[in-house]
Amino acid sequence: MTIEKPINRLYPISYFTGLIVMSLGALQFLPAVVSIIYSEWRIAAIFILTASVTSLVGVGMMFLGFRYRGAKLTFGEGTVVASGAWLLGTLLCALPYYLSGNYLSYLDCCFDVMSGLTTTGLCLIQDMDHLSNGINMWRHILTFVGGQGMVVLALTFLTKDQSSAYKMYVGEAKDEKLFPNAVSTSKRIWLISLVYLAVGTVVMTIAALLAGLAPDRAFLHGMWIYMSAWSTGGFAPMSQNILYYHSALFELCTMVFFIIGSFNFALHNAILEGKRGELRRNIETVTFTVTLTLLTLITTLGLMKNHVYPNAMAIFRKGFYQLISGHTTTGFMTVYARQFYHEWGDIALFAMVIAMLLGGSACSTAGGFKAMRTGIIFTTFKMEVKRMLLPESRVSEQKIHHIRDVTLTDSMIKSSFLIVMAYIFTFAFGTLVGMFAGFPFGMAALESASVTGNVGLSIGVTSASMPACLKFTYLVIMWLGRLEFMSVLTLGAYIARKVGRKCD
Amino acid sequence: MRLSKISAVLALLFVFLPLFPISAQAEAIPVTSTELIEEATALDGKTVSYKGEVVGDILYRGDHAWINISDGKNAIGVYVPATEAKKVEYVGRYCIVGDTVSLVGTFHRACVEDGGDLDIHANAVTVTEKGHRINPDIPSVGLLIAAGSAFPCALAGIILVIKKRVSYNETHQEI
Repeated sequence: MTIEKPINRLYPISYFTGLIVMSLGALQFLPAVVSIIYSEWRIAAIFILTASVTSLVGVGMMFLGFRYRGAKLTFGEGTVVASGAWLLGTLLCALPYYLSGNYLSYLDCCFDVMSGLTTTGLCLIQDMDHLSNGINMWRHILTFVGGQGMVVLALTFLTKDQSSAYKMYVGEAKDEKLFPNAVSTSKRIWLISLVYLAVGTVVMTIAALLAGLAPDRAFLHGMWIYMSAWSTGGFAPMSQNILYYHSALFELCTMVFFIIGSFNFALHNAILEGKRGELRRNIETVTFTVTLTLLTLITTLGLMKNHVYPNAMAIFRKGFYQLISGHTTTGFMTVYARQFYHEWGDIALFAMVIAMLLGGSACSTAGGFKAMRTGIIFTTFKMEVKRMLLPESRVSEQKIHHIRDVTLTDSMIKSSFLIVMAYIFTFAFGTLVGMFAGFPFGMAALESASVTGNVGLSIGVTSASMPACLKFTYLVIMWLGRLEFMSVLTLGAYIARKVGRKCD
Repeated sequence: MRLSKISAVLALLFVFLPLFPISAQAEAIPVTSTELIEEATALDGKTVSYKGEVVGDILYRGDHAWINISDGKNAIGVYVPATEAKKVEYVGRYCIVGDTVSLVGTFHRACVEDGGDLDIHANAVTVTEKGHRINPDIPSVGLLIAAGSAFPCALAGIILVIKKRVSYNETHQEI
């Protein structure tokens, strides 16, 4: 009988993390190509350098664990790979930003990368109106890939290992199985995204042409804004964000795409398979419609009370646009950040905070609590009230509809409450740190809600001049919020255990 | 006598009339973009004078156009007649410093005509400083050497890892 020597579990973790990092390196060649097309030679050289360095780090990690690539990851290790790759990826993807000279510090670069990957959309970049096309391309690629998930990207193109793949896929806060295995699911997610990318780029390019941009600029802006809208990211190539285009049609097109982007990939898949009725029956679309209606009412009343906007069109283009942008966790803006503070009033801002925390759908590009959890919590309340009114002997079963009818179980309710509570605590912590940094409660709360929900709307707190501790806090909150806490906490526990063993 | 008085008044008018637009301009409040945003309510509907660099694109809309003017802190949208926008030769972009323009116009905190935009409507713009191209962004020798040496290494690494994976897949069965 032979006893197999237990392998050091760091090796398979290193292999799979390297795989994801290598794919991030390969991605950096895309902006290099754009830079070459536009004769931005310094930026092109920067991207070739950083793409090579990132790929080399990834390849090195893969070689380190290559012998153990067949080893099956546990769920804990899968989440460590996912969150670890996000952390290492952030540090490496910040290299081109730093070398471009558009940032004041490496922390600012990491903040913007994390903001892009988590589809938050807050940024600390300097002189955005004079950015190179290469850097703009990189900003929007980050947000597009982050929306789908960088693990999903690696699984789609680089692995066939089904067992470990599913564990990493779950680690990236995507638990929806469109197909029986994670690799096929990842491939379908990318197929959906790339089909929409083609359609969306054409539509947004036409909208940009009608707004008055020259054809080549219209194409680039159209593609970038589409990438940002679909990923519910919020980045835009100009400092005025969507206000820059001064076009109602352009705003309307972005609105359509970020609403679609905030829907669950399982819903997209169901619709593609011809189940159109799913759109009005699904618990997430029903919840989103109800919360959006209520919050629109509150925002409109708040804005009307303060006479903020002169007519219905202005309320729609400013009030409703920011609200739905916040609710889908996109973060596109058609007002200046400080206008929220000076003009909107407490009622409308309250609605905005709630909208940003509620967020979009699960297994989508959106952040926040997710409509699924909000729906489950409301259904649970309804169920409990109903139970009070029924005879004690009567046992009732509650079902929710998501692709099919699903019986609501205690574990689903528990997990929903747990994650929502984690979001609320994180939001409270972010608000507290904001107040310690010297901002009034209202400003700190709105910005914290925006960061926690991976939204990107700002009331003016986020800037390159804010204290480094606040930047770091927001960076960690964005990471936590996007991976829905568990993966990051598992990584923390894993590192603590390893360090603890070394010390013993 | 009366005729000479009338002639004198007319002459005075002729001399001083061109000064009226200047005095109207003098009433314009000089503002920065930060003031426009922070004190939007107080400045709403007032005639302001604003100065900055034209950035991005000139967005023509029929006989008018939007230009976005940045004073270094924020960019503000200005709605001007298309003929005035045509005066702008350079718009600020990567490696291009846009024309610096100054203008006098009416500031709107939430414009009725433009869906609530915070903007300025002006009838004329003056190019006060011509923009220019910055020399092409040439990479330094160090950067070129670093990129030139890292790229083949990365390429070799990627090819090696792919080859190794292919040979591994051929000899091992996936569990």
